[in-house]
Amino acid sequence: MMFDRPLLRFVPRGTKINFMRGRFIGLATSAVLSIASLILFFHPGLTLGLDFRGGIVVEARTQGPADFNVIRAALAAEHVSAAGVQSFGGPDDVLIRLDTPPESEPDHEARTQAMVDSVRHAIATLPGAQVLRADAVGASVSKELFRNGMLALGISLLMILAYIWFRFEWEFAVSAVVTLVLDLTKAIGFLVVTHFEFDLVMVAAILTILGYSTNDKVVVYDRVRENLRKYRTMPLAELIDLSINETLSRTLGTSCTVFLAALPLALFGGASLSGFAWVMLFGIVVGTSSSIFIAAPLLLLMGEKRLRRDARPPTRS
Amino acid sequence: MMYYSRLRMASVIGVCLIGLALCLPNFIRQPSPALPWRQIHLGLDLRGGSYLLLQVDMASVTADRLRGLQDETRQTLLKAGLGYRNLATGPHAVTFTPRTPDETQPDLKALRAMPMNAPGEFQVEQGEGGQIAITLSPDAARQRAYDAVTQSIEIVRRRIDATGAIDPEITRQGEDRIIVELPGISDPERVKNLLGTTAKMTFHLVADSAIGSSVPPAGVEMLPMSDGQGTLPVFSHVDVDGADLTNASASIDQDGGEWAVNFTFDSTGAQEFGDVTRANVGKRFAIVLDNKVIEAPVIRGAITGGNGQITGGFSAQQATDMALLLRAGALPAPLNVIEQRSIGPSLGADSIRAGGYSLAAGFVLVIAFMALFYGRFGWYANIALLANLVLMTAILSLFEATLTLPGMAGMLLTLGMAVDANILINERIREEVARGRSALQAMQTGFERATATIVDSNATALLAHVMLFVFGTGPVRGFALTITIGIVTTLFTTLLLSRMLMVRWYARTRPSTLPV
Repeated sequence: MMFDRPLLRFVPRGTKINFMRGRFIGLATSAVLSIASLILFFHPGLTLGLDFRGGIVVEARTQGPADFNVIRAALAAEHVSAAGVQSFGGPDDVLIRLDTPPESEPDHEARTQAMVDSVRHAIATLPGAQVLRADAVGASVSKELFRNGMLALGISLLMILAYIWFRFEWEFAVSAVVTLVLDLTKAIGFLVVTHFEFDLVMVAAILTILGYSTNDKVVVYDRVRENLRKYRTMPLAELIDLSINETLSRTLGTSCTVFLAALPLALFGGASLSGFAWVMLFGIVVGTSSSIFIAAPLLLLMGEKRLRRDARPPTRS
Repeated sequence: MMYYSRLRMASVIGVCLIGLALCLPNFIRQPSPALPWRQIHLGLDLRGGSYLLLQVDMASVTADRLRGLQDETRQTLLKAGLGYRNLATGPHAVTFTPRTPDETQPDLKALRAMPMNAPGEFQVEQGEGGQIAITLSPDAARQRAYDAVTQSIEIVRRRIDATGAIDPEITRQGEDRIIVELPGISDPERVKNLLGTTAKMTFHLVADSAIGSSVPPAGVEMLPMSDGQGTLPVFSHVDVDGADLTNASASIDQDGGEWAVNFTFDSTGAQEFGDVTRANVGKRFAIVLDNKVIEAPVIRGAITGGNGQITGGFSAQQATDMALLLRAGALPAPLNVIEQRSIGPSLGADSIRAGGYSLAAGFVLVIAFMALFYGRFGWYANIALLANLVLMTAILSLFEATLTLPGMAGMLLTLGMAVDANILINERIREEVARGRSALQAMQTGFERATATIVDSNATALLAHVMLFVFGTGPVRGFALTITIGIVTTLFTTLLLSRMLMVRWYARTRPSTLPV
């Protein structure tokens, strides 16, 4: 039968790539990227989305290419001044941003709501224009959403740490979580560079790539643990290399399917999901490479003495 | 590992068939009302509509109770023939100074005998400088707040139902919030205005003597006119309360041709209304809504039938809305809209299209990959993948879950991740074959070794997404829910279904080499 045997093969059988030889290059590259990301995080910083920044965003579709001056005039007639009027997606689509009154003012919530209505009225005066989306998030809500988002991230990391600790030795758990934190900083750097808005959906994307990255590490660690029992005298560096090589085909295969699944979303998913999907794609690449180039060398550094007491130090062959 | 009993096979296939049956309601019409018919709902981001987050003004709930308490205190002291100075209301307590220190004990005794709405609702204590404080207990305040939210939800529901909105969802969130979801209503302005009005209507006599005076005498309040044209002094005493209304409707006034709101009192209200109007013919009677005077007509004669009419220069919409508000009743406390999200129908349709295409394209790519790289076992994985999609849809239908745009992304990622388990098994079998094991041994070891890894890796992903579900809000919860369900169905389809297909194939053909 034609579909009986696989037509293609991802990784040639029995690879013997010496990954641990390049461990310092891997760690150094990762450190540089993560430090760069941290600098970017403080300056210029993340573009906060509506969820976390608060404010008003109205998306409208005009009849024919949008004329910003006409739109600004219509807004002015309703006594609202937009913080930004810009195009997004097609030439007919406009995005109008407004800042909400400060939280210190007594009726800021009511005024925020009144502003949304004014923008709607302004758009209604333009012939053929329609409001696609109107969101208004008050200052108190945005703070709360931000806190909950960060809480979800933090608690997830802790639970992953606890789970791996419970299932493996602590060296595994610590190297996994350190790697995850490095992955996380790179994802944040990616968000800063690409100007994708950081909102709740992005927190979901980041949690998903952390989950995916952990998944990848667990598979490699599982094999390391199995080989530790199987080859009692093999030096740790060699053993980790063997484990990575043995799982390489699976690591790349799974990365590929998740990548393929997310790719159409990035290309055709529309404004609201493509940012999410691009972060996913980036995370898949980072998560896969960090399993090999970061998590494994960290395990070697931390476990060299403990996991394999009687072994010779790794030789640089 | 390599043996499936008939019962086990039948259960695996049975679960898949049940899943298929549970998916049906999403695609066909209900043939008979007797059948249970559960289906996935489309989220607001896909079908268009509005989401409003309302906050009940708790400070005003407490303030209302304290104002009542201050009145009761005054009356209790007067009745007992005790005096007081500096009677005032703070944020949590009513305070006053006894006339003389000797009266402190009788004061405390009289006040402690005041009726409470709940046991331990307030405490009466002597504070600094001989002052007496009547403090609301935090527990009672919390209970009051809870009741206020419950009551508000009921009123909100009545008001929204009266607008003819289809399938509105009104739920409590946290201690003092209400979520209102309105599918199909992409411009929530009218609903927002309806909910932003407390609609507390009262009738007061106008204090004509105080017109023009800058400081109103005791027992008189200056209230603004609802049209913004100046103020009117009215007596603070409520002569008739709008809570006693039984009905209200909008109609065109026969004399003037203006829009008017007609209302009917219940027997108590009609009695009071009749008494007041009889005793005050020729005076002005103010109709006050939310502390604003709508109008203050002159009483021409006793109104005994319990019917009245308000003509405040309304438009048709204003009259209709006001009648609606009066029918639905007043909110116990003002509501503030603190978050609003509304999506127009065309954007929702765009999203469904984009999400649908992406889902289909991703699915095809993954299937092609598995077929090309894993051959026969890849096709088995693909059958499991299809079953996975069916089971996910089935469980979402069973929960009557809401599918959001991020939820669709979650389904897509689940499909990408689901084949990981199959890849793990296949790669393991390949390795065992490379080590020179027989077909049977290779499959057996492959399943055994891969299972532990599969459980470990899925457990960590599960943890992350349960957290997201707990702390997330709105569409993000939809994402977390689909992935969580997806992980469970993935474990079933890979550990039971695709393995069964592989085992059955082996039992049928007894191959000497495996197609890996």
